[in-house]
Amino acid sequence: MKTRLSLGQKSALLSLALFGVLLLVWQLATLPETTTVAAGVDPEYAALMGGGAASSASSFPTPAQMARTVWERLSDPFYDNGPNDKGIGIQLAYSIARVLAGFFLAAAVAIPLGFVIGNSRVVYQALDPYVQLLKPISPLAWMPLALYTIKDASASSIFVIFICSLWPMLINTAHGVANVRRDWLDVSRTLEVNPLRKAFRVILPAAAPTILTGMRISMGIAWLVIVAAEMLVGGTGIGYFVWNEWNNLSITNVLFAIIMIGVVGMALDSVFGVLSKRVAYQE
Amino acid sequence: MSTPVTHPFLQVEHLARVYPSPTGGEDVTVFDHVNFRIHKGEFVCVTGHSGCGKSTILNILAGLDKASAGNVFMDGREVSGPSLDRGVIFQSHALMPWLTVLENVSFAVKSRWPSWSKAQIRDHAMRYIELVGLRGAEHKKPSQLSGGMKQRVGIARAFSIEPKMLLMDEPFGALDALTRGVIQDELLKICAETQQTVFMITHDVDEAILLSDRIMLMSNGPHARIAEIVNNTLPRPRERSAIHKHAHYYPIRNHLVDFLVSRSKLFGAQRDAPDAPSSPTVFDPAELLEPEPVVTHTPPVGKPHIHLVNA
Repeated sequence: MKTRLSLGQKSALLSLALFGVLLLVWQLATLPETTTVAAGVDPEYAALMGGGAASSASSFPTPAQMARTVWERLSDPFYDNGPNDKGIGIQLAYSIARVLAGFFLAAAVAIPLGFVIGNSRVVYQALDPYVQLLKPISPLAWMPLALYTIKDASASSIFVIFICSLWPMLINTAHGVANVRRDWLDVSRTLEVNPLRKAFRVILPAAAPTILTGMRISMGIAWLVIVAAEMLVGGTGIGYFVWNEWNNLSITNVLFAIIMIGVVGMALDSVFGVLSKRVAYQE
Repeated sequence: MSTPVTHPFLQVEHLARVYPSPTGGEDVTVFDHVNFRIHKGEFVCVTGHSGCGKSTILNILAGLDKASAGNVFMDGREVSGPSLDRGVIFQSHALMPWLTVLENVSFAVKSRWPSWSKAQIRDHAMRYIELVGLRGAEHKKPSQLSGGMKQRVGIARAFSIEPKMLLMDEPFGALDALTRGVIQDELLKICAETQQTVFMITHDVDEAILLSDRIMLMSNGPHARIAEIVNNTLPRPRERSAIHKHAHYYPIRNHLVDFLVSRSKLFGAQRDAPDAPSSPTVFDPAELLEPEPVVTHTPPVGKPHIHLVNA
């Protein structure tokens, strides 16, 4: 009997198969080392490498251990036992709050400024050298400057997020606004639409897909940067958690944090995916 | 067709458009000394080869472009910028794709009457959507409509603001022949009902004959001018299926085609002659038209008024 699978079913099956292979490889790679010395290897060398000890005390967890940790951590995400022992939910909440604060501050600056830049060739060309110069700077390079001037670790990481979110939104907004189709502008001119109404009813919807792409890129970068920023400033947040667990040599927790960073990043991105679909239009 | 002998509604005087040469040489004059008048309720078509500046003239009338020289007066006032008094139908229909049909038309209505209530705007917009036969499609987005339907929305939007004058830049150029015919008939009907003054650019000789009261023929650029004006003497109401039986139809049509095929170039050649600057710049086609018609052919009765303005 032949059953035809839909495209979605096929890719779901393939995904599951890949996951299975991954778990298998993982399991095999983390098997407890029961054999002491492999044949043909110099025993002294093996001893040096720790093989002779027959220890299975590798810090790298097996899939089962990992699953147990994930379950434990996720079943109690909001406990707080002092600065170095907080639930994953609290750590993520700190990071997300910082990212959102920096991101929306950046949006509040970048989108109006992008409107101005996109509307005026003079302003565009005047600001272009600055944007080109500032854009390639790693946001973390601002950290010392931020710490020195702001003198607050949390605010400094928000500032770093602000700086890294600014450019994609600014450039995309300016680009979207500058490339609104002439026809639509001509229509609003012949209808004597006032500037404010034109900005909100014509230019904004016309440029919205481009602006939202910029916001999506910014959010992606912000989430990448917050981990590094929190590793630097410490205290709270998922980045600090990763670094703290590395210091504890708890590879399991590091792995768990990595997975959570991926999950949250994916969730943030999919929010913008939904928003993009909302404002998209087909010509 | 009798045109009212009042002050012309639209008056265009010595309009010219000069572009600086890209190579730094002599400036390029696309057209100059363009003079014409349009009376209220008149439907005027302009035709000519690409590059003679028809669209530029239309954009200047719309206020979207600036003339290098000359003036445009409408209703006694100089045209200096875009205005709700002049509705424009764009060839590319220029609908906003994020708005539905109703929202597109309502956007224009709200621009025209900002103080109206939502219900008033909606009713008014719906009336024009119905006029172009799009009832039932009002909640569709432009991307869900065919080319002909999109252009109908463009027409509804332009008419909905009840402009004093309508400007159309090859509105049906992108449509297939069948759809074009249907929409032309609708336009004919709506214009008859609303007594709309229209200035329309077209490349389609048959379209010009079907719709217009007068047809302005432009010579080739550079230095393009309105070379001839043809009075369309076919009686209204006109039926697509019947107009070609009228005695005037083929003389008019042949005259137009002749112009486009051969005479449009001759005018250009004449302009290059050394007498170009001395040629009379003040010629008013409308005045030349009315008195004794210059008879160019011999048919005794029912001859269409074809007037060679520049020859």
